[in-house]
Amino acid sequence: MIKLLVDNWSAFISGFGWTVLSSLLALFFSLIIGSLFAILEVMPSKVARVIGNVYVEVFRNIPLLVITMFFYLVITLYVVKINGFTAGTIGLTIYTSAFIAETVRSGINSVDVGQMEAARAQGMTFWQAMQNVVLPQAFKLVIPPLGNQFINLVKNSSVLAFVAGFDLMYQGNAIASTTFETVNTYVVVGLFYLVITLPISYYMQHLERKLA
Amino acid sequence: MKRFKYLSLIITSLLLVLTLAGCGTQPLSSQNVLENDKKSNTITWGVKADQKLIGLIDVKDGQEKGFEIDLAKAITKKVLGKNGNAKFVTVTSQSRIPLLKNGNIDAIIATMSILPDRKKVIDFSDSYFDAGQSILVKKNSSIKSVKDLNGKTVTSAVGSNSVDNIQKIAPKARVLQLPDFAQALTALKSGQGDAMTTDNVILAGLAVENPDYKLVGGTFTTEPYGIGINKGQPDFRNAINKGLAEVIKDGTYNKLIMKWFGNVPGFDYKEVLRK
Repeated sequence: MIKLLVDNWSAFISGFGWTVLSSLLALFFSLIIGSLFAILEVMPSKVARVIGNVYVEVFRNIPLLVITMFFYLVITLYVVKINGFTAGTIGLTIYTSAFIAETVRSGINSVDVGQMEAARAQGMTFWQAMQNVVLPQAFKLVIPPLGNQFINLVKNSSVLAFVAGFDLMYQGNAIASTTFETVNTYVVVGLFYLVITLPISYYMQHLERKLA
Repeated sequence: MKRFKYLSLIITSLLLVLTLAGCGTQPLSSQNVLENDKKSNTITWGVKADQKLIGLIDVKDGQEKGFEIDLAKAITKKVLGKNGNAKFVTVTSQSRIPLLKNGNIDAIIATMSILPDRKKVIDFSDSYFDAGQSILVKKNSSIKSVKDLNGKTVTSAVGSNSVDNIQKIAPKARVLQLPDFAQALTALKSGQGDAMTTDNVILAGLAVENPDYKLVGGTFTTEPYGIGINKGQPDFRNAINKGLAEVIKDGTYNKLIMKWFGNVPGFDYKEVLRK
């Protein structure tokens, strides 16, 4: 296994790099987009709630692979050329944001209604109350489930392999099929994923302890 | 819990019985495949079921159709006589060698190149088709040969040695490896790649189904296909080789080439005719 790792070091490392980059981009954007749709879902306006609901239900109920293929093949064919890495990262962002929206919404809902009412009574607008009073409390509550979403996101980034996104899984497939060392290759790939996911896991636990 | 215990006991013993039952028959190496086939008047061939022009099961009538199927039938008639039967079993690239080794099929005729690694496990007949790697492009593409691929993007399927070949011949080409040939073609069609590469016969099948695409530049590798036969069957191998030689000599072979590959855009069937 050491020999396999040494022989294919550059392939593994470049795959690792693309996986980390894709995960970071998707994490950042899905957190922002997810939080926005979560707020839409609890807004007083019915139109906003419907928009939020439709977004969440559509994208969390379609397989990630389908969303990714849509951007890779259909958008490329009719709108603008998107390469495999970008298509995968967009798919990953949209898919994860739907789950994050649901997670954050449940956090917002579990903050007592009185908090919002009190803040509004002080003369704050809806957005001010959301930003300064409700969201800080909501995020504290949803740190553990958010951690789950982030870890899932990293693992789901292997969807890039299906659209030639040069990620860890793509390199793993290529190495396995040329060296025929299937078991060893995927063990190494698995270990590389652990290198990304374990620190996230520990950091989220640390945050939970610090903020709770 | 108790019920599960019984269930697992039953399953385990069933597996054991099945394994032991397999031991009953004579080991394959001590059987003579040629004699068995003469007795049953049937040769069982492992063939592809999903490759247009080569070996494809027609969804309308459930019959296998293609160049390899016709060739297998012709060789069967030479080996067993006019009334010999050819039976077909569908195989994939992954399953063909295991199925041959455990005796489910007598011979493999399924786009299998004669490679040193495979020769360690099974025997091959003489080559029956001069396959080689080629490229498929859109009809109006500026790519005329493999050299034009430098700086372009090429799609292929993961795990085919086509990828290594391209990287040797056109080092500046960018290669996208997709899960299978269908996806490699879809990526090419949607504009993710400028060309697709693999064996010429596989591309020929795709070109026939997708008239906007054609093969260019001929072949730039030689990876002849051979019929796979179990080790330790010299009689059967000689019979197959003799049958193949006769099929080539009496002109049946060239007729079959023209029947299946005579009309493929960009595919020069004269390259693969035998004298």
